[in-house]
Amino acid sequence: MDRFSWTTGLLELGETLVVQQRGVRLSDGEEKVKFDSGVLLLSTHRLIWRDQKNHECCIAVPLSQIVFIEEQAAGIGKSAKIVVHLHPASSNKDPGPFQSSKYSYVKLSFKEHGQIEFYRRLSEEITQRRWESMPTGQAMQVNKDSQAGRIRAVGIVGIERKLEEKRKETDKNISEAFEDLSKLMEKAKEMVELSKSIANKIKEKQGDITEDETIRFKSYLLSMGIANPVTRETYGSGTQYHMQLAKQLAGILQTPLEERGGIMSLTEVYCLVNRARGLELLSPEDLVNACKMLESLKLPLRLRIFDSGVMVIELQSHNEEEMVAAALETVSEKGSLTADEFAKLEGMSVLLAKERLLLAEKMGHLCRDDSVEGLRFYPNLFLTQS
Amino acid sequence: MHRRGVGAGAIARRKLTEAKYKERGTVLAEDQLAQMSKQLETFRTHLQAFASKHKQEIRRSPEFRLQFQHMCAAIGVDPLASGKGFWAEVLGVGDFYYELGVQIIEVCLALRHRNGGLITLQELQQQVLKGRGKFAQDVSADDLLRAIRKLKVLGSGFGIIPVGGTALVQSVPAELSMDHTVVLQLAEKKGFVTVSEIRDSLKWETERAKQVLDHLLKEGMAWLDAQAPAEPQFWLPALFSELHGQDST
Repeated sequence: MDRFSWTTGLLELGETLVVQQRGVRLSDGEEKVKFDSGVLLLSTHRLIWRDQKNHECCIAVPLSQIVFIEEQAAGIGKSAKIVVHLHPASSNKDPGPFQSSKYSYVKLSFKEHGQIEFYRRLSEEITQRRWESMPTGQAMQVNKDSQAGRIRAVGIVGIERKLEEKRKETDKNISEAFEDLSKLMEKAKEMVELSKSIANKIKEKQGDITEDETIRFKSYLLSMGIANPVTRETYGSGTQYHMQLAKQLAGILQTPLEERGGIMSLTEVYCLVNRARGLELLSPEDLVNACKMLESLKLPLRLRIFDSGVMVIELQSHNEEEMVAAALETVSEKGSLTADEFAKLEGMSVLLAKERLLLAEKMGHLCRDDSVEGLRFYPNLFLTQS
Repeated sequence: MHRRGVGAGAIARRKLTEAKYKERGTVLAEDQLAQMSKQLETFRTHLQAFASKHKQEIRRSPEFRLQFQHMCAAIGVDPLASGKGFWAEVLGVGDFYYELGVQIIEVCLALRHRNGGLITLQELQQQVLKGRGKFAQDVSADDLLRAIRKLKVLGSGFGIIPVGGTALVQSVPAELSMDHTVVLQLAEKKGFVTVSEIRDSLKWETERAKQVLDHLLKEGMAWLDAQAPAEPQFWLPALFSELHGQDST
């Protein structure tokens, strides 16, 4: 921000206003400064910022000081921004609000929108460099720079041109991409319509469609990501794909399950499997649908859903109810335990530790003490000491 | 014997007629399915052509992804339903979101002990980007929200709670009712809330306010500052990073 100078804000002779935008905040690199709310003006020669509340407070920087500019898209709670990278301040620059700055760029935050248009206009002005052909008082000052300065400027012009070309090509690519996207979606829409009409015909026929054909239809819907119009599921449970996947999972998960005491949460499984794959990852729905088929395919794993909604995969040989008996012993030894403490002792995830303690409670072996200190479990003495 | 013959014959004839009807019905469905199968292949070709030109754009540009998602939703297509779908296989859009899902799960797990399973969307974004490293693609808030919505189906309590202009992400299976959500929204402004504030802003009885705050304390989503000057303050660790700058971990 040390490249800015105080100014009256009045345009010089030969300088024209291009565009202006209210509600713009100026930042020195990553740091907020007191230029919170102002009108940003773009002229053929300068970028001018004037405080909305105090019109006397007005600063500007010559466009010739700009190396290049970038856009930052808006996010939730964040305005769209333009980042303006600047040359170092020239030695004969007019005084401004900052003597020095550790950043060589400033950020313009567009709190009341207008970023897109402003960016476009600013890009144009930087490319056209109209200030060179329309000398004003200010422009003359810049030309007073030394030879070295001018040589540097020429080199920078080459870089700027390249960047501008790249930007134009990116812009062109993006508009082409959007056009192609629209055309693609038109075709996808046709597929959706077709699947609806088939679903209707199936409904009319009422059971005159074979199971084979139902499976085929479901797999077509799966390919397109279309919700099954009959059952409203977005997946085709019972497709070949999910059956194969279930068998694969049984193979992949055997050892990890044994290493983890026979039980894993579905989120753990999701991470494990996808990290191992690296590419062609499973969607969460793929995983759930495959796991739902484990039992019917008589595989050595099964899906279990606790009362809380937590979903786990267990080895068939795993018996959670037996684990509860062991948990009761552990809790009795310690007097009482929270889920966190129990998890640490057993080397389990807190999620599964809590489920085991809750199950033990459900089975009557443990009692809870629910206070603001946390949820603590005690052996159920009501049951054992009668 | 004569009667039985007639009976058997009638049954046999009926079966034949039924079979014929079934056949016709099957033939009709068969036609439609064959047509769909062909059109699917054609569509896949179009998608491949699109992918060869613009696959990079999907991975590189959050704006393009957003536009893509909107258009899919508009025509009734879920490109993230399955890794086996065309969109994932050909366009690679699945891998982007499913991998993001893994990263989100890992960040939430790592910070759970500190914030009780509640984290702001901003902090989640920062931590995920940090984990992805310098050369990874940018991830927008919209990307995170879509990935989280898909994670819900795994049953471990992933959810999105709108607060202020943004959102809190829940990653534990704790029951959070409307009452809890409203108090979280109230606390978002300063990072903490008091019983008086709840009474004044929401016009609740003290008992109702206390119940909600107790629940948040028990879940580890709120911490109690009993030493605060006027009255006890209930702080949300999920909002700490916002107030005190980035965590060094």
